[in-house]
Amino acid sequence: MSAAPAPGGSRPGGPGRRLRLGRGAVIGLPYAWLIAFFLLPFLIVFKISVSEMDGVRFSDLLTVQDGVLQLTVRLGNYLFVAEDELYVRTYLRSLGYAGATTLLCLALGYPFAYFMARAPRHLQPLLVMAVMLPFWTSFLLRVYAWKGLLGDGGPVAELLIALGLDQLLAAGGLIGSPGKLMNTPFSLLVGMVYTYLPFMVLPLYATLSKLDGRLLEAAADLGATPWAAFWRVTVPLSKAGIIAGAMLVFIPCVGEFVIPELLGGPETLMIGRVLWDEFFSNNDWPMASTVAVVMVLLIVVPLALFNRYQAESTEARR
Amino acid sequence: MSAAASPTARRRPRALFGTGFARGFGRGWLLAVFVFLYLPILSLIVYSFNDSPVPNRWNGFTFKWYASLVNDRELLAGVWLSLKLAVYTACGSVLLGLLAAFALVRYRRFRGRTVFSGMVSAPLVMPEVIVGLSLLLMLVSVQRAFGWPERGVLTIWLGHVLLGLAYATVVIQARLQELNPQLEEAAMDLGARPFQVFALVTLPMITPSLMSAWLLTFTLSLDDVVLSAFLSGPGSTTMPLVIFSRARLGLNPSVNAMAAVTILIVAIGVLLASYAIARAERQRQREARAGARDGG
Repeated sequence: MSAAPAPGGSRPGGPGRRLRLGRGAVIGLPYAWLIAFFLLPFLIVFKISVSEMDGVRFSDLLTVQDGVLQLTVRLGNYLFVAEDELYVRTYLRSLGYAGATTLLCLALGYPFAYFMARAPRHLQPLLVMAVMLPFWTSFLLRVYAWKGLLGDGGPVAELLIALGLDQLLAAGGLIGSPGKLMNTPFSLLVGMVYTYLPFMVLPLYATLSKLDGRLLEAAADLGATPWAAFWRVTVPLSKAGIIAGAMLVFIPCVGEFVIPELLGGPETLMIGRVLWDEFFSNNDWPMASTVAVVMVLLIVVPLALFNRYQAESTEARR
Repeated sequence: MSAAASPTARRRPRALFGTGFARGFGRGWLLAVFVFLYLPILSLIVYSFNDSPVPNRWNGFTFKWYASLVNDRELLAGVWLSLKLAVYTACGSVLLGLLAAFALVRYRRFRGRTVFSGMVSAPLVMPEVIVGLSLLLMLVSVQRAFGWPERGVLTIWLGHVLLGLAYATVVIQARLQELNPQLEEAAMDLGARPFQVFALVTLPMITPSLMSAWLLTFTLSLDDVVLSAFLSGPGSTTMPLVIFSRARLGLNPSVNAMAAVTILIVAIGVLLASYAIARAERQRQREARAGARDGG
């Protein structure tokens, strides 16, 4: 551990030593916890993904044979995932639904956050509270409620059919046939957008409400129309909020399990469910681990891009 | 009012959607999204009073689903277990979250800081199926080696604290960052020892954030399906697991009644808590003002 001089003196055995001890405990306790219950489990998943089931035990990665240490890595599971059309299509479908959810949340949430930030100052805490409040009531029950709202004879389903929007959705391929809205890609998207919208709105609101109004004044003084000022000043300045919101929506959506289970249909199988089935129904732990590792790899790429963007923007601010 | 009425008015920035029709559009958008957010909650409450077992057809007002709830042993056992678990989770998450936030804010440099902050916030975005699977596979390995722990409340607690730690750290960290360091320095100048500074100066100032972190992680644990499903064993079926298995089969009116009860309890809880947090905040500000006055 780097020995930064502790504030308050460092006589040997004095308060300095006790400070270092305290510092060690403050950092060490959560650190050890995270290594034991977050990092180590991932390493074990990786290990199992390159192993084979050998009875109830997994084959060892490292074996000593004729006095030589041998590393046995079996990539069979990965090849299977890459070659099997079902897996590939399910991964692509999950990415597709996650992307569509992110775009819909942005389309719905950006104007929402914008108008929230433009609302009278004294109303804003109330509006934020109103966005947060559904968080406090069970997510499971709120998703379940959509089953009733979109099911046969449900009020939202009736309304959409009365407006003729079901024809439009059917033409767009979001529902199988007009009149049936539940257990379709449409109902799945409604549930996902509904659940993740606040995760988009809150970071957007945080950046939009901090926006310096003088910049818009300057743009207006220089002759920009309100639209031009919006596109060329407001939107670029809220980029950090857009990216943070998109990450908070996209990544959990890729592995979402509960919403497709409750609102999805036979043609909306997502990768979270595949992992679940490999583990709980087929008891194929190496396969479930492989699916998980590939999912992590799919997620790490956008996350790394996000981190780089963040590092760059803090760099630029200096 | 016309923007060109006076020279000073013309200089005012005319933001997009500032006037007339556009302002109405903005309000309409806000309202529409709020309807979208609250519609499911309202529908659960309304249907819990519906006499018809088939939802979507109103057959008249009834309390019978609430009566059946009282006799629903499976669900009640789940509720009791979930409440206990949520209390343990909230306490564990806030304690670890406080340490983690303190480490991140106060110790700018220590070995492995990047890895540490990455691990703290990773569960915020990582899909729960992955976290659940990895934790379970590790616990199984440990159990094979030592014969312990059995899957049950303890293992669910481990998973929930892992998730709760991430949220608690974010909330507490935000608060610690905006603290005025001069107050702590002053206490140290007056001879307080580090632990005294923490207990007498820092802790009272971050109490509101500890309270909100506790509440947040409490509801998080109360609500979690995926981690609980991976980590639960026989005899540790939490409330969301009961609700989820019933909801998969179709709609169930007693779940509506359950939902209405939870919504009521949560609404009261959140109102009381935000009142308490606001009061603590005002008290703190008053004391800070008084302190500044006496000091000056």
